[in-house]
Amino acid sequence: MVSLVIIVALSVLAYFASQMRAAALAAGGATLRARPTFHGYLAFVVALLAGLVALALAGLTPALPALIAAPAAAAAGGIAVFLAVSPVLRARVIFEKIVLAVLILASAIAIFTTIGIVASVAVESLHFFQQVPMQSFLFGTDWSPTAPVPSFGFVPLLTGTLLITVIALTVAAPLGLLSAIYLAEYADLKTRAIAKPLLELLAGVPTVVLGFFAALTVAPFIKTAGAAMGFSIASESAMAAGLVMGMMIVPLISSLSDDVINAVPQAMRDGSYAMGATKSETIRKVVFPAALPGIVSAFILAISRAIGETMIVVMAAGLAPNLTFNPFAAVTTVTVQISAMLVGDQEFDSAKTLSAFALGLTLFLITLALNIYALRVVRKYKEHYA
Amino acid sequence: MNDMTFKTVFTPPQPKILATNPAKIIAEGVDVYYGEKHAIKNLSLTIPDKAVSAFIGPSGCGKSTFLRSINRMNDTIPGCRVTGVINVDGQAIYDPSIDVVDLRARIGMVFQKPNPFPKSIFENVAYGPRIHGLAKDKTALEQIVTESLKRASLWDEVKDRLHQPGTGLSGGQQQRLCIARAIAVNPEVILMDEPCSALDPIATARIEELITELKEKFCIVIVTHSMQQAARVSDLTAFFHLGILVEAGDTDEVFTSPQEKRTHDYITGRFG
Ligand SMILES: Nc1ncnc2c1ncn2[C@@H]1O[C@H](COP(=O)(O)OP(=O)(O)OP(=O)(O)O)[C@@H](O)[C@H]1O
Ligand SMILES: [Mg+2]
Repeated sequence: MVSLVIIVALSVLAYFASQMRAAALAAGGATLRARPTFHGYLAFVVALLAGLVALALAGLTPALPALIAAPAAAAAGGIAVFLAVSPVLRARVIFEKIVLAVLILASAIAIFTTIGIVASVAVESLHFFQQVPMQSFLFGTDWSPTAPVPSFGFVPLLTGTLLITVIALTVAAPLGLLSAIYLAEYADLKTRAIAKPLLELLAGVPTVVLGFFAALTVAPFIKTAGAAMGFSIASESAMAAGLVMGMMIVPLISSLSDDVINAVPQAMRDGSYAMGATKSETIRKVVFPAALPGIVSAFILAISRAIGETMIVVMAAGLAPNLTFNPFAAVTTVTVQISAMLVGDQEFDSAKTLSAFALGLTLFLITLALNIYALRVVRKYKEHYA
Repeated sequence: MNDMTFKTVFTPPQPKILATNPAKIIAEGVDVYYGEKHAIKNLSLTIPDKAVSAFIGPSGCGKSTFLRSINRMNDTIPGCRVTGVINVDGQAIYDPSIDVVDLRARIGMVFQKPNPFPKSIFENVAYGPRIHGLAKDKTALEQIVTESLKRASLWDEVKDRLHQPGTGLSGGQQQRLCIARAIAVNPEVILMDEPCSALDPIATARIEELITELKEKFCIVIVTHSMQQAARVSDLTAFFHLGILVEAGDTDEVFTSPQEKRTHDYITGRFG
């Protein structure tokens, strides 16, 4: 921490020293290749980067004391630039190159991390598929990883996931879309300024809170309501989880759809009004079709969010891998089983543990496909108004 | 009593065109405000039927604002307020009993920037007839679309691609598509806000030809920055300056012997 402060201070010092030296050269009648501030910027980044690299190295090699190495490196970098200041130094060009390199590095770190995660999941999945044949995983209808003779049939998890997602969408699609249309087309500025942040607040509720709301409020309510009508419903049900998950993705759908509806140019609406169309005709026949591709991609993003959600399902839908489409039965999902497989003590190479990676990979491929599809839809939409 | 006040402010000589053509739109003492901004000040103007009237004037003088108040498109702008009387066929269009949707079906508009819907060429033109139920069946609808495209002199260019998107046309073609869309509902009045500002001389000439043709049936109002265009196509010219209607009269009169010095300076390009 102390060394970080020293590095920054030295870098600032280097900035002023080099900048003033370049300014003095310019005042002395020399024509510089770059303005004095760029000499300063160059000194600043070189000193800062040298210091940071030294700091990192010191962290890796205990023999190197950070408090000495880092400031020394920073000072060396700053002095090097200071001495290099001359009319022919192309300070601006070099500075821009360094900035570019830093930007590339930042995005490379993010990309390689993703690749690394996917690769490690893929490798562990391969180990799993050495123990369990792929077709019995993909097409098996029995998921009982802890039975004496374990069975890893993925189908009940997929149907559970689909069932809950469908329930969630049935709730969220109309609610989200209608509130988006209200916000974008009907609400006045004041209402919008209040309602939109409130809706988005719903997206900020931690899913674990939504989860116990589902388990402790919604599920018992469904159970008593069912009992009143003469059905017996499990206290954990796909319905409870799906309903609450629907509430979770309402703000996602409404906020994204509101944005795309707003992005439809006002000129389209004016064109329709000028033809003598009413407001609802304009929305139905011009605004909505124009925004449709964007709305579809909002839905797809919401679906992948629902598929990946774990907390609500763990708490409200249960752990029972039932192969059913009955919304009032207990089901389980891919994400829930991933967390279940990794909880508790386990040997790392058992088929049970490794199955989590296979499930993760499958889930990743499903959401990846959905996201790629969404991106393509969005791109098509952009071309529309280009 | 209101009569007295605005007549003393502005007493136009009666344009000859109004002797031959009946009045279609009569504005009396119209003021338009955008919030605090007073964009049109006490404007009175009579627009003849079956003729072309041109609005000219420097940028920001209120031409579009007044044009939009004729079909009440100003209603869609938050904070915009119109006072005074505008009569179309003797009917006060700002009267609370007036149905705006109905009014706009009678008064078509072509915007400065072409704004075709992101639908097919056919659907663009069929839009108005569909919502107003003007076609009994598919054949009748096709008939209207074909007819409108022909009148907008776009038919030959698009007859083989009616089901491709209207947004894929060139700027000039899009503008003619918007004109076809506007005339498909058979409006009585067509308002055109600088319809040629983005067009090349050839497309401009075609639209001017079209305007001259359309005035046989419709009352046309056009906003333009081109003096030549106003002189070529219009029968009546109205010169706006800073929200005030400075002068209105027969186009040949206004261009050869303007009554006001400001008009003279503007049309001779000596406006400071
Ligand atoms: N939506 C609006 N909100 C506030 N002020 C506006 C609005 N539209 C126009 N104005 C103002 O009203 C005045 C008249 O504008 P208008 O668009 O009618 O001018 P115009 O004569 O059509 O100009 P141009 O030739 O540049 O199109 C301008 O001063 C403009 O700034
Ligand atoms: Mg204008």
